Amino acid sequence: MNDESQRLPVVTDQDVVRVRQLVRTVAVAVKLSLVDQTKLVTAASELARNTLVYGGGGEVEVTRVHNERRGGIRIVFADRGPGIADLDLALTDGYTTGGGLGLGLSGARRLVDEFDIDTEPGKGTTITIVKWCR
Amino acid sequence: MPLSPDEARRFAALLEGQAEQLASRWTELVAAGLRGRLSSAELRRQTTDLRRAFQQAFAGGATDLGQDAAAELRAQLTELSSGRARQGFSATETAVSIYAFKDVTLEVLGDQSDAATLRDYVAFSSFVDQAALFTFDSYVRIRESIIADQAEQLLELSTPVVKLWEGVVAVPLVGTLDSARAQVVMERLLQTLVDTGSPYAIIDITGVPAVDTQVAQHILKTVVAARLMGADCIISGIRPQIAQTIVALGIEFGDIATKSSLADALRYVISQNKRSGR
Repeated sequence: MNDESQRLPVVTDQDVVRVRQLVRTVAVAVKLSLVDQTKLVTAASELARNTLVYGGGGEVEVTRVHNERRGGIRIVFADRGPGIADLDLALTDGYTTGGGLGLGLSGARRLVDEFDIDTEPGKGTTITIVKWCR
Repeated sequence: MPLSPDEARRFAALLEGQAEQLASRWTELVAAGLRGRLSSAELRRQTTDLRRAFQQAFAGGATDLGQDAAAELRAQLTELSSGRARQGFSATETAVSIYAFKDVTLEVLGDQSDAATLRDYVAFSSFVDQAALFTFDSYVRIRESIIADQAEQLLELSTPVVKLWEGVVAVPLVGTLDSARAQVVMERLLQTLVDTGSPYAIIDITGVPAVDTQVAQHILKTVVAARLMGADCIISGIRPQIAQTIVALGIEFGDIATKSSLADALRYVISQNKRSGR
């Protein structure tokens, strides 16, 4: 059973802030612990910025999800940018093509419970993350 | 159905003939809608000016709000929107003030049999609609410029550099640290280090809700820049959830001293100071 999802465009820096605020609001609503809220918000911030900087803008969808035992949040980041040519390299700590610390993608993966990348060079990238309540 | 220039001039004559009555009735209607949040003297001045502007526009043969003859009216409408936006009225309340002019006109002129034939009134009505939409537009434009101004003021406000102790300056960061703010923070901090000759700077991130790699990178760059100028930087205000997030992200602060509270950071700096005899 899934609740209605909320979508936000990611086209400017302000949109990244909006995504962060929405994720925080939903994270509080599903009663994530303070540490998990912070982790999820940080991961969302990283991935939304990647969508903006590397994907050339896109869309974020935030959904409350449930399984038999617990609730959680699923966030999907989708862009129609150049895609990721070498996924293993992109997920290596410290590797960056954009002048950042090179920890956004790999770090975000460590901050959430489920992490899935669907990317195709020239088509775009869709990243799905899930964080479950403990 | 647009007004013809002839109809417009006929309306101008009507508006002139009943000037006093129109303005008072209009003031009453608008005042009722705004429930006493503007003084009736002020409303009276606004409606009198607007009625005159409408009359002038019609007398000039204006059939569309965009025409030169309606320039004065547009200026009046913009001034009205600007005032209302700054006083905190809603866009609807502002536009409704203009729409009320239609009711007023019908009420005051309606009993004159030669005056408002239905056709004339409908044309006049669509002109007033244009005017109301125009106020709506300029209201939104003015609100946007107010918001942009406030954003700029916030940028200024939210990055103070304070002298905490002899030789110790502190930057309490609050809110989102984007590139523009990070740049302001770095410049202020470096300038204050020079101005005060302080050997220590404390960057307090208690008020930063989430530290992601971009925020961390901005902080690291600021620390490195301060070091190049011979100052030691301490990062304070690292709460448990932030610490765990930073570890999971894999951000390394290297040999930069970090403390959980600003008090700890100050204590640390003072003890360092004693040790080095400064």
